[in-house]
Amino acid sequence: MTGSSLRAEGITAGYGRSLVLRDLDLSLPASGICAIVGANACGKSTLLRCLARLLRPDRGQVLLDGRSLRDIPTRELARRLGLLPQSPTAPDGITVADLVGYGRHPHQGILSRWSAADDRAVAAALEATGSADLADRSVDELSGGQRQRAWIAMALAQDTDILLLDEPTTFLDIAHQIEVLDLLVDLARERGTRIVMVLHDLNLAARYADHLIAMREGRVEAAGAAAEVLTEAMIERVFELRSRVIADPTTGKPMMLPLGRHGTA
Amino acid sequence: MTEAASLPLAARIAAGRRARTRSRRRIAGLLAAVLAAGGALTLMVGQSVTPAMDVMRVLAGQDVPGAGFTIRELRLPRAVLAVLAGMSFGLGGVVFQTMLRNPLASPDIIGISSGASAAAVVAIVVLGWSGAAVSGVAIIAGLVVAAAIYLLALKDGLSGARMILVGIGISAMLDSLIAYVLLGAPSWTLQDALRWLTGSTNGVTLDQAVPISCALLVFGGLLIGLRRNLDAMRLGDDAAAALGVRLTRDRALIVLSAVGLIAVATAVTGPIAFIAFLSGPIATAIAGPGRPALMPAALVGAMLVLVGDYAGQHLLPARVPVGVVTGAIGAPYLLYLIVRSHGQGGR
Repeated sequence: MTGSSLRAEGITAGYGRSLVLRDLDLSLPASGICAIVGANACGKSTLLRCLARLLRPDRGQVLLDGRSLRDIPTRELARRLGLLPQSPTAPDGITVADLVGYGRHPHQGILSRWSAADDRAVAAALEATGSADLADRSVDELSGGQRQRAWIAMALAQDTDILLLDEPTTFLDIAHQIEVLDLLVDLARERGTRIVMVLHDLNLAARYADHLIAMREGRVEAAGAAAEVLTEAMIERVFELRSRVIADPTTGKPMMLPLGRHGTA
Repeated sequence: MTEAASLPLAARIAAGRRARTRSRRRIAGLLAAVLAAGGALTLMVGQSVTPAMDVMRVLAGQDVPGAGFTIRELRLPRAVLAVLAGMSFGLGGVVFQTMLRNPLASPDIIGISSGASAAAVVAIVVLGWSGAAVSGVAIIAGLVVAAAIYLLALKDGLSGARMILVGIGISAMLDSLIAYVLLGAPSWTLQDALRWLTGSTNGVTLDQAVPISCALLVFGGLLIGLRRNLDAMRLGDDAAAALGVRLTRDRALIVLSAVGLIAVATAVTGPIAFIAFLSGPIATAIAGPGRPALMPAALVGAMLVLVGDYAGQHLLPARVPVGVVTGAIGAPYLLYLIVRSHGQGGR
């Protein structure tokens, strides 16, 4: 699968008068998993919203295969690029299958009926996320991890080649965090979905992402493979935190140990 | 069930979806049938009982001594207007509640009905207007108030909670304006002005059905067309936008249509209390979760007004306007919702 290119050119964006992103340039790799990390309020989610055209940059533009997002019809964009927000709301009492069905929205016109292709896409998304046995359950009664899998299945049913996720592991315990991240790796490998996610946990980001983007004050501070980006100097700059970075004994990927003021032995 | 489990997943999903579609249609059909039966009963039974055959003959245009006037001039206009106004209120209400993801976000709670009422009361009492001019002013005021609430609640995107709070504030202001105007009103305008407080089908005529029917056709049709986008908005603004919903455009069209429905109906019957607020939740309880219950809410609204009007005319010790009856049902439910949402941390 040839990945389409997603690129930000000099985007400046914010809410009202407060600017969150300042003249940001970014080119996302053509495949694999990309994680955006950074301190609170550094503009990670804002960047993700700009990439998905939920927020229009004041200056600059986001380009998908060289075309400005502004010029792509809404529905067409939704067929190519999906986004799972941080805390979406499931309508009361809805079943998992129906929730996943929302992902088919951009594939259906005002008049076109639900098709067999839609059913197949929903089934494939449920199977890919290991939620097939949850299909008839109500979303309200799922555990946090199951619910997040259902939402990811919805985004998959949208059948886009790029999927943006805003902190897909928040509110999950560590086992469920790993479950969700493992799932994303499977999707990237097996379906070739390009995944761009905002992640809080640096160590999980370093372990699961092929490409790390570290942000600071609305700009990209460092981008590249985890080994290049996750360094003690970078953590000091981005988080104003002293730390040690060692090699993860199982994967060899960089692993960060925060020192803080009391961390030294 | 064991047979279904052995089918491939896609087939199982398709079967489940078809079953739900069938059951939604069956429920809508059932509601329509009950509504038709209720309508027929209010035509037959009033102060006196008219046999069904006589009702049919009157409706067919024949002259039936002793029944013609009662049915043509009294019962039929009331029933028709009750159904049409109820459908408008029910549909307008459920659309707001769905879009803003909150049962409190109904146009009669957030001041849109109050806007129409206040304008009508001022027009009647202060300006001495009557008839179509009053209706026109009421419609415009409903739209203006909706636009004002929309703009005041618009800050970094539209927030449902903010729209409700702004709306309740505006509603309180408008209600005090209505009370102030009525206090100084000459007695001969009071009867006419009071309709704008509670809503009533007293003295309606069949030609008033024309504007409401047109509004239902145009705005109702538009809302049915936007139904799927409205449905996607239930996932939250960002999720809906990511699914390809054009939020700003669709939200404006939905607000315009819902306010149009509410304002036109309010201009004829006054703001019949709590119909917009009650119909959606009742319809959802009947039709079950899944898709937003637009048609069921319209039918439930029609039934509530029809039954409330009939009860106010014939079942209570004194004759009261329909708005008093529905207000007595709606107010406890409003309290229940507020108490319940407070218990959940006031989301």
